[in-house]
Amino acid sequence: MAQLKDVLKKPSSFYDEFLRKPDNYQQDTHYCPGCGHGILHKLIAEAIEDFGIKDRTIMISPVGCSVFVYYYFDTGNFQVAHGRAPAVATGIKRTHPDAIVISYQGDGDLAAIGGNNILQAANRGENITVFFVNNAIYGMTGGQMAPTTLLGQKTMTSPYGRKATWEGYPMKVSELLSTLEAPAYVERIALTNGKNLMKARKAVRKAIQAQIDGKGFSLVETLSMCPSAWRMTPVDAKKWVEEAMMKTFPLGVYKDVLDEREVGSWHRALETVPIEKYHEILGLAHEGMEVEGDVESVPKIFRNPKVLIAGFGGQGILLLGQTLAETGMRHGWNSTWIPSYGPEMRGGTANCHVKISSDPIGSPVVSEPNILIAMNKPSLERFEKDLAPGGLLIYNTSMIDIKPTRTDIEILPLPATEMADEIGSLRVANMVIIGAVLEKTKILQKDVVLDSLNAVVKHKKFIPMNSDAINKGMEYARNYKG
Amino acid sequence: MARIEVHKDHCKGCGLCIDICPVNVIETSKEINNLGYHPAQYKGEGCTGCTLCFYTCPEPDAIVVYRKD
Amino acid sequence: MAKELIKGNEAVIKGALLAGCDAYFGYPITPASEIAHAAAKYFPLAGKVFLQAESEIAAIQMCYGAAGGGVRVMTASSGPGISLKMEGISYSAGSELPIVIVDVMRGGPGLGNIAPSQADYNQIVKGGGHGNYKLLVLAPNSAQEMCDLTMLAFELADKYRNPTVVLTDGFNGQMMEPVEFPEPVKKKPDKTDWAAMGDAKTRKNLINSIYLDPEEMEEHNVHLQEKYKKMEQNEVRYEDYKLDGAEIIGIAYGTTSRVMYTAVDEARKKGINAGMLRPITLFPFPKVKIRELAESSKVKAFLVSEMSNGQMVDDVRLAVEGKKPVNFFGRMGGVVPTVSELLEQFEKAAK
Repeated sequence: MAQLKDVLKKPSSFYDEFLRKPDNYQQDTHYCPGCGHGILHKLIAEAIEDFGIKDRTIMISPVGCSVFVYYYFDTGNFQVAHGRAPAVATGIKRTHPDAIVISYQGDGDLAAIGGNNILQAANRGENITVFFVNNAIYGMTGGQMAPTTLLGQKTMTSPYGRKATWEGYPMKVSELLSTLEAPAYVERIALTNGKNLMKARKAVRKAIQAQIDGKGFSLVETLSMCPSAWRMTPVDAKKWVEEAMMKTFPLGVYKDVLDEREVGSWHRALETVPIEKYHEILGLAHEGMEVEGDVESVPKIFRNPKVLIAGFGGQGILLLGQTLAETGMRHGWNSTWIPSYGPEMRGGTANCHVKISSDPIGSPVVSEPNILIAMNKPSLERFEKDLAPGGLLIYNTSMIDIKPTRTDIEILPLPATEMADEIGSLRVANMVIIGAVLEKTKILQKDVVLDSLNAVVKHKKFIPMNSDAINKGMEYARNYKG
Repeated sequence: MARIEVHKDHCKGCGLCIDICPVNVIETSKEINNLGYHPAQYKGEGCTGCTLCFYTCPEPDAIVVYRKD
Repeated sequence: MAKELIKGNEAVIKGALLAGCDAYFGYPITPASEIAHAAAKYFPLAGKVFLQAESEIAAIQMCYGAAGGGVRVMTASSGPGISLKMEGISYSAGSELPIVIVDVMRGGPGLGNIAPSQADYNQIVKGGGHGNYKLLVLAPNSAQEMCDLTMLAFELADKYRNPTVVLTDGFNGQMMEPVEFPEPVKKKPDKTDWAAMGDAKTRKNLINSIYLDPEEMEEHNVHLQEKYKKMEQNEVRYEDYKLDGAEIIGIAYGTTSRVMYTAVDEARKKGINAGMLRPITLFPFPKVKIRELAESSKVKAFLVSEMSNGQMVDDVRLAVEGKKPVNFFGRMGGVVPTVSELLEQFEKAAK
């Protein structure tokens, strides 16, 4: 316990004059006579002064009577939305881990509208200090019921007294938060007699010290007088805290694991990474094989491939499309890939659209493909009609027991799944298809496709098998006599 | 000898200091201050320097306690 | 090479890091989740903060804290989540905080669906939150622009101390395209004159949107309006696609503009003198250029297309001021207009 100074006067962590306060009384608070806020402000200000942390401190003003905390504290200040102080505090603290962030909140702010915000910040163990002022009523808005209003207590919105069966019970914030594992320190104090005031002073300092030491989340709940809304004299209000509030909200330490925690254990320092490394971190530094695409030897219809690939989820449909689009890009062309998405999506099926073109690509949607790859029966049934006349249909005979009906298209039936199985994995059926596409269209070079797989495929162990599958697919397409 | 100083123009006359003082050396002044309240005033002697009036006072600059004057 | 075939959503995050973004706070939602995934993956590697918030409400408030502390920060979401963010967006506009918000629009109202949409235009461009505020709104139409405009968003957000939205749609987020990534931004602006960073230099600063005195509140509002005016003077961006000599002026942004490029080309093949103006900034809106087109004797009509019930079209009509007919074609609920539908509209407008 810190020693008392010889002279106790206004702490230097308060502004000399409250210049932000828009009236002529810039030495005095805006609080009513006997209000607990002023008492708690002074305890916090004294701790900030004694700890020498004024420069590092950021105070967060909530919505409620303490909305103007920033009038008083000569620290960095934020005024924030109702109940959101713990979220704002999180944003400040995570990006400025060395700042001392103090969230100051009332009972409506913290326990009602911001209930989830405080719960989650506590549960994340944010290394912040929260001062929670519980005066069992909404002061600023004119004396309405708070989540902490006592049973039977009359307020503007519980004029006949709070009833458990209608409004529920007074919310016990300290008890609630102390059930969480992350918080380091939770205590409920009161600002009444000398003994309680000294305990309050100690608790305030402990909660701020916890943050300085990087030990994580601490919250001090203060039972505080609101003589105005309670319609009592300040001295009677103090008595009411002791006689009525303390019965519902017993004082005491609800959680204290400060001694068990290492200094700095909940301090989330940020690492400095030189920006010269960003391209490497973002995977942009790799050298992929690129060639200049040539369409001279490509049949005219395939010079601007518009590919629709459809099948079951799990057949590697999306990867097949990505490989084509990636390879197209590496030929110096524009390419787009878009997965089945929105209304086209039906249970268990996947499809994607790929466009490759030397011209800019407008809509990425392939509504009239010139290459259709059908990996299962529903896909063939659904999309065969959309294929452009003269287009190429590749369909997976392993999974499709019907035959296409169109006669104005080129058709390659291919037992892709069975071939993949022979190669060693059902998962490479999509690569067998790619082989067939390469062979039939001649637009993409095989070595670029193989190199593209390095960028596209996540499981590198499949790459040798993929290469084999592409070769088999090419071979099959080359030898197929329709 | 300890003593307190009440900055009367910054006192809102809430009476918390008078109530908490263990040796009853603070009283309400008959004067009306510029905030419109009867401020607290030190009776002039008997302060033990316990500091409770300072800590119970909600105003930043209404009471100064000299513990070892 | 710094060229990559990449989803628009992921390009947002790579662009953000290259723009010097320091923190990402967000909550998952389709079709924006890949943005959070990429942030979770890359931000820690670059020594930056990624934190999954408990809600969209909290995520934007975390951004408020970080931005008020002077760092570059972002969040991303889609319709239902963006609605939750409106509280924080209004506060950020009031407190003049540079936050980058990506809205990957999906079908609505309500839970709607995850298909692409442009129905948040009014919410983002016209307001959504309370008070007299404007957001800077950028509308990419490619994966490349998802990167580039995210980077620009950070620059503009700082330049004007204003929340800035990258307004895109599910298609643009999900689509993969080649993207050329630039070098990282080396220098970021000094914000010590207003941000509260938890140090001696910035101790005097206050992040605040409350002005109790009506006169002062009005003064702050006037200041904001002047700022918005400056944006209108300096930051209008649009693409001119075959506008020169065009008689039918298509106007579309985002994915719809992609469809419209093709529709313009097809219309021209059919002898219709079509062109397109693609707004890249939705606020500030290219109203001066549109008015100029409306006043041109060559221009016969406008055709606005959106994936909405007709929201941007109001701004077009305000700019055209009744000088020329403004036709509208919209699809809703996640349906993307097709080239043939737009072509038909061009034909109709040309009659």
